[in-house]
Amino acid sequence: MTETAGSGGGVKLSIKGVAKSFGGVRAVTEVSADVQDGEIFAIIGPNGAGKTTLLNMISGFYHPDEGSILFENHDISNTRPAQIAKLGVARTFQNIALFRGMTVLENLMLGRHVLMKTGVLAAFMYWGPAQREEVAHRERVEEIIEFLNLTDLRKTPTGALAYGLQKRVELGRALAAEPRLLLLDEPMAGMNQEEKEDMVRYVLDVNQEWGTTIALIEHDMGVVMDISDHVAVLDMGAKISQGTPDEVRADPKVIEAYLGTTDHKEVA
Amino acid sequence: MAQETMGKTTLPQLLLKNARERSDQPAMRKKHLGIWRTYTWAQNADNVRDLALGLASLGFARGSNVGIIGNNMPKLYWTQIAAQCMGGVPVPVYQDAIAKELAYVLQHSEVSVMVAEDQEQVDKIMSIKDQLPKLKWIIYCDARGMKDYDEDFLKSFDEIQEAGRAFDSANAGFFDAEVGKADPDDVALMCYTSGTTGNPKGVMLSHENLLCCSRVFIAAEGIQESDNFLAYLPMAWVGDTAYGLIISMLTGATLNCPEGPATVMRDLRELGPTGIIAPPAVWEGMLSNLQLKGVSSSPLKRKVFQYFSDVAGRVQAHKIDGTAVPSGLSLANALGEWIVYGPVRDQLGLRRARWCVTGGAPMGPDTFRFFRGFGVNLKQLYGMTEVGGLASLQPNDQASPDTVGVPCLGMEIRIADDGEVQIKSDGVFAGYYREEEKTAEVMSADGWYRTGDAGVVNENGHLVIIDRAKDVGKLDDGTPFAPQFVELKLKFSPFINEAVSFGDGHPFISAMVAIDFENVGKWAEGQALPYTNYMDLSKKPEVIALITDEVRKINQGLPEVSRIKRFVLLSKDLDADDNEITRTRKLRRGFIAEKYGPVIEAFYGGAKDVELRLAVTFEDGSESFVDAHMTIQEAA
Repeated sequence: MTETAGSGGGVKLSIKGVAKSFGGVRAVTEVSADVQDGEIFAIIGPNGAGKTTLLNMISGFYHPDEGSILFENHDISNTRPAQIAKLGVARTFQNIALFRGMTVLENLMLGRHVLMKTGVLAAFMYWGPAQREEVAHRERVEEIIEFLNLTDLRKTPTGALAYGLQKRVELGRALAAEPRLLLLDEPMAGMNQEEKEDMVRYVLDVNQEWGTTIALIEHDMGVVMDISDHVAVLDMGAKISQGTPDEVRADPKVIEAYLGTTDHKEVA
Repeated sequence: MAQETMGKTTLPQLLLKNARERSDQPAMRKKHLGIWRTYTWAQNADNVRDLALGLASLGFARGSNVGIIGNNMPKLYWTQIAAQCMGGVPVPVYQDAIAKELAYVLQHSEVSVMVAEDQEQVDKIMSIKDQLPKLKWIIYCDARGMKDYDEDFLKSFDEIQEAGRAFDSANAGFFDAEVGKADPDDVALMCYTSGTTGNPKGVMLSHENLLCCSRVFIAAEGIQESDNFLAYLPMAWVGDTAYGLIISMLTGATLNCPEGPATVMRDLRELGPTGIIAPPAVWEGMLSNLQLKGVSSSPLKRKVFQYFSDVAGRVQAHKIDGTAVPSGLSLANALGEWIVYGPVRDQLGLRRARWCVTGGAPMGPDTFRFFRGFGVNLKQLYGMTEVGGLASLQPNDQASPDTVGVPCLGMEIRIADDGEVQIKSDGVFAGYYREEEKTAEVMSADGWYRTGDAGVVNENGHLVIIDRAKDVGKLDDGTPFAPQFVELKLKFSPFINEAVSFGDGHPFISAMVAIDFENVGKWAEGQALPYTNYMDLSKKPEVIALITDEVRKINQGLPEVSRIKRFVLLSKDLDADDNEITRTRKLRRGFIAEKYGPVIEAFYGGAKDVELRLAVTFEDGSESFVDAHMTIQEAA
């Protein structure tokens, strides 16, 4: 599902010196980072560090004031969100964005919308190509339902689900688009320990089984450090560190950003 | 049908016969990716053949044992028959058993091949592999997550079948020759019974043992080729094979495997099987859900449900007493069938079920009457692994909560001088694997199986099981005390999942109660009562009040001497992982009394609070201690 075409030199996503201001507030300044093909890349930082702004720029909700963003060597700095989704980037939201009245299955089918080709009229008639297409999409969605262990909730309205399960459905909805780059906005936020462990398992499985490149942002360092290949740390809109989890953990600047002191000997 | 079910044969031969005579008809279905996928008898036989020869290519020889672990699925049923084809014995084990438990069974059964459903099960077996010197191969059915495993002894199911096809072309005639060597009296299945005391024992059942019980059951219930069953009970339980796989092979009925353990109830409804067997725990679970739905629905619906539940109860009372049902009540009952009973049966997936059977443990009379009242043809069955799972059954018009039916055709039951129920039939097992002494202990000199249950035969020829003989005791003043009776009363409440009662040699009856986490949780949400986990929920004053209320209600229906005076809410549910119950949910009383000793002391010593350090075993087998503080409640 994820054989990457045209990813030059193994870089999936390249962020080159992007900056974004809202009025007088500089939310992100001069941030650069490369996400390698097939890795899990984490962007961490305290609240208000600019993580979500950066993610919103990648997914096209905001456009950078300066710098550029390349997805598979293709400049998407000024591309609209729907267009970026079509290119193969899917995301989840920090605050769950599901259709609460629709079932898990329906929400996931909706996630395939970007891949559907037949027109409204044909789909309405449910005949010929439209029917074949629907069947093929349904099959793919069923695979995701099984993958995320949602089989017993297939026909349950998402509004009736527990928070952790809604997060899982969100992940499923993003996966349904068969992304080559998956953006996760605080996938573990607000979860209890068990739900967090489940989510970590699924994120790892998605990465390993399907080879999907994943960029995720989290403010909780603990979980992220265990699963990420590379980590970038943002503070006050600027990137203060980047490297493997071990390198980042040992970086005094990171320690300072998180703990507000430099003479601390040990973290984590 | 009749002629097919006669004559001695073996299970592999039966499968091949089906493949010839019913080749294109559905043998099994498995719900996968939301769709029921069908396997015909011919496909079934081909799959079994490929796997059997694949096992042969691994060097699997006659007399070897194959362990099976996982949820119900065609691949694991094929494994059962494939092992038998090659002269081996399948040993299905409980899929939710923890590694430590598995280690004993797999070591004792000396399995040389293990067929596991998925990564989770493979991990469990690998963690104990160094204790299993005889284990040569592990075969997994589902490849998800197995990519990074490069051990040589790990093979995928498909790989083995592929090897089987290659083996077949190199060794033409091998398969038929091996199948031909099997004798109807050879051991065909080994089920480990998780006894309430001591280590599990491997019950060896021959082809003929298994076929005998299934044939008798088929005749009793008139099972036909067009029937559909849901295969959802643990494969390690003999009933899953006897009342599922083998019935299907004898009649051509279709065996349907659910999508997964979490979807069983949904799949049951979708399928609408024509008959179902379930232990009391499943029926109790269904009832609890229904009661809760009844309580939490709109006032009108609640009233209607309540009214017609009462009507059903009264009609049942008349039927049991043998008195005529008054015409008004009869009319209400007919109306109830139309607006409540029928729809409820439909919701449960029981609308097409001609027979519904409970067995394996006693069922509370209230639960029994409830289902009968709602038009479910619920009947009791008596049998245990050692007799192939069947000894007596209630005929359709003689269902009663008090008996376990009349001896089945060709099966004999007698009551020994000391009151013990003894059984003689073609289903009686070939012995415990590698435990000749223990086999001798349970067989009488003249070849009857000694059940260890106390029973009597009533005036209608029905067998009545009193209790596990050794469980019945007396209160201080000599009042007889049957713990199960009290516990079943408690478990009838939708909010109580498990209960253990004490009283033998004490002045009054007391009980430990484990709440039903799901139902009490839903109730708490309805009350806007926040909680984090089981322990937290069980300590909420509101929950304690709720349960106290339930216990008081139960007490009102009991004679003064049989009332529960003091009880305690357990801070965790009883769990097979902690050895408190068996995998079939039978209480291990001795162990519980020891573990919760301080609680019992507090019951009768008059203390108000108990501090207890409890060992807790997690699903992965790791252990930890939890300090529990429990407060004794007064119920009367």
